[in-house]
Amino acid sequence: MGILEVKNVGKRFGGLQALGDVNLSVKENTVHAIIGPNGAGKSTLLNCLVGKLIPDTGSVMFDGQSVLGRKPYEINQMGISRVFQTPEIFGDLSVLENMMIPCFAKRDGAFALNAIPAVLGQKDVLEKAEQMLEEMNMADKRHMNAASMSRGDKRRLEIGMCLSQEPRLLLLDEPTAGMARADTNNTIDLLKEIKEQRDITIAIIEHDMHVVFSLADRITVLAQGTPLVEDDPQNIRGNPKVREAYLGESA
Amino acid sequence: MFGLDNKDTRMLLVVAVLTLCAPFILNPFPTDSAMAQFNAGYPDLMQRFVIFGIFAVGFNILFGLTGYLSFGHAAFLGVGSYSAVWMFKLLSMNVVPAILLSVVISGLFALVIGFVSLRRSGIYFSILTLAFAQMSFNLAYSVLTPITNGETGLQLTLDDPRILGVSATADGSIPVTSLFGLEMRSTFEMVVGPWAFQFNAGYYLCALILLAAFYLSIRIFRSPFGMMLRAVKSNQQRMNYTGLNTKPYTLAAFVISGMYAGLAGGLMASMDPLAGAERMQWTASGEVVLMTILGGAGTLIGPVLGAGFIKYFENIFSKINDNVLHSWFSFMPDGIEDFVVFIIHPFIGKGWHLTLGILFMLVVVFLPGGLVEGGQRIAKWAKKRKGKDSATPGKTTPAE
Repeated sequence: MGILEVKNVGKRFGGLQALGDVNLSVKENTVHAIIGPNGAGKSTLLNCLVGKLIPDTGSVMFDGQSVLGRKPYEINQMGISRVFQTPEIFGDLSVLENMMIPCFAKRDGAFALNAIPAVLGQKDVLEKAEQMLEEMNMADKRHMNAASMSRGDKRRLEIGMCLSQEPRLLLLDEPTAGMARADTNNTIDLLKEIKEQRDITIAIIEHDMHVVFSLADRITVLAQGTPLVEDDPQNIRGNPKVREAYLGESA
Repeated sequence: MFGLDNKDTRMLLVVAVLTLCAPFILNPFPTDSAMAQFNAGYPDLMQRFVIFGIFAVGFNILFGLTGYLSFGHAAFLGVGSYSAVWMFKLLSMNVVPAILLSVVISGLFALVIGFVSLRRSGIYFSILTLAFAQMSFNLAYSVLTPITNGETGLQLTLDDPRILGVSATADGSIPVTSLFGLEMRSTFEMVVGPWAFQFNAGYYLCALILLAAFYLSIRIFRSPFGMMLRAVKSNQQRMNYTGLNTKPYTLAAFVISGMYAGLAGGLMASMDPLAGAERMQWTASGEVVLMTILGGAGTLIGPVLGAGFIKYFENIFSKINDNVLHSWFSFMPDGIEDFVVFIIHPFIGKGWHLTLGILFMLVVVFLPGGLVEGGQRIAKWAKKRKGKDSATPGKTTPAE
């Protein structure tokens, strides 16, 4: 029984069957990659997991509880954090404030009318955020405006924000899309570090095979809205069905 | 001090000095001089300065922090005024229960309007609040005449019950508003040489409440709640995926700013116990938006400055007429004098809106951060100049 169990999930947009009949089981403390060509339904699947979309059929269970019909913030409070394809951070706020917000969300829940005490008086949150910045090697940038950082740093900050919530499942949506080679390698190293040092399950959607094969313990290949195969990385590499899905029949 | 850092304490002290010394600061010209018409240190106008300051400070909690632009905040001001006048009619002429009721009622009103309007964001939110405010205005103007007294406006009468006070004073007139016996209209005049400074009880009550309101707004700005509101403005998507429910945050900000508006409305009625529907009209809602943007949205002191600026223009520029202009330019030859007056004429008197509009345009284009940004730029420029001056004689002072 995995921490995330997706059963018979289907989603249709008008005439387009975006997801056919997806079954997926993500085991605890593994890195599970979901790959597939453009239009395979990867992002639709992810959106069904985090509450942005509600699938037409099937069920999504996280840690024995259904996530269907819950709002994104409720699903996050259950322990699923999401990293976006383009880093979603609070651009107008400082790096330190960016890091404090998820810490507050973890401590106070979805809403708290904490309007009188000063932010800087919240020592526990402040310490936690500072420590997380330290771990992300960003302590020197703490007073910078988050929007003014490089893309690689924004990605780092976003991952740090998600980790500071101590999620049980981290979802990454093409974390290296549009990145230069050096930034991509940095991100891979960071994710490897996270995988080794933390008690965390990671599900990653990715295009870049280099990233997938350096991180994943298990790979699901999605094509035209249905899982083609699910296997270990070494078996995926030589699988003719995967080649065909990716490169077309001529290959 | 008061749980604020040095910078915020300094700002609070600046506002405290400005408001408490306003009778002096706003009265720089001797009473008989030609410039006396630029004096703004009379009670009526000073009260308006601080009351609109409170209104704008509250509006800024919503607009400055969350970025939700409400175009219907005058509705809460109006509701606050009506509540206060009803308290004067039914209970007593003491301003305390009246102000409390106006804050509570406008808070409830804001809760209802906010709950519906905040289902949308951006322009749709603005239009929804505008629609609600116009509905409130029309209700007050006609449908709800038994409560609001329609277009005449709600006024005190001699046969009001006033169960804790008197319906009429001993000499048969309507009693005046007071704070536990201290009449709001009582004014002490201090004559120093050619100057006459007026100290009004009502003004000082408003000024103290403004200080309390300003202090509270600093605390909100610096609190985790304030940070969440800024996060709402910055990236709602990230908020939702960080386990935070944005809706109660925006609603709380809306209700708090509605209560500030109600407080301002209650004070307005406490200074002059009548309430009319025109207080809820959309132009009044637009005015507070102008004040906040002109002063600097999202800054602490900006709205206070903006409110003072606009109210000063409204009351001082509108009083300049052609006769005054002729007396100013009488040193010129006749033809030229008439020409100059002809040119300036559209910008004064009833045309003060034109002057204000041009100023507003200039500020938005050249100082998007409002008057506060202007102040910061001047300070930076002065610092740079000072740095240059001290750097010139020195030989090895590093540039920067």
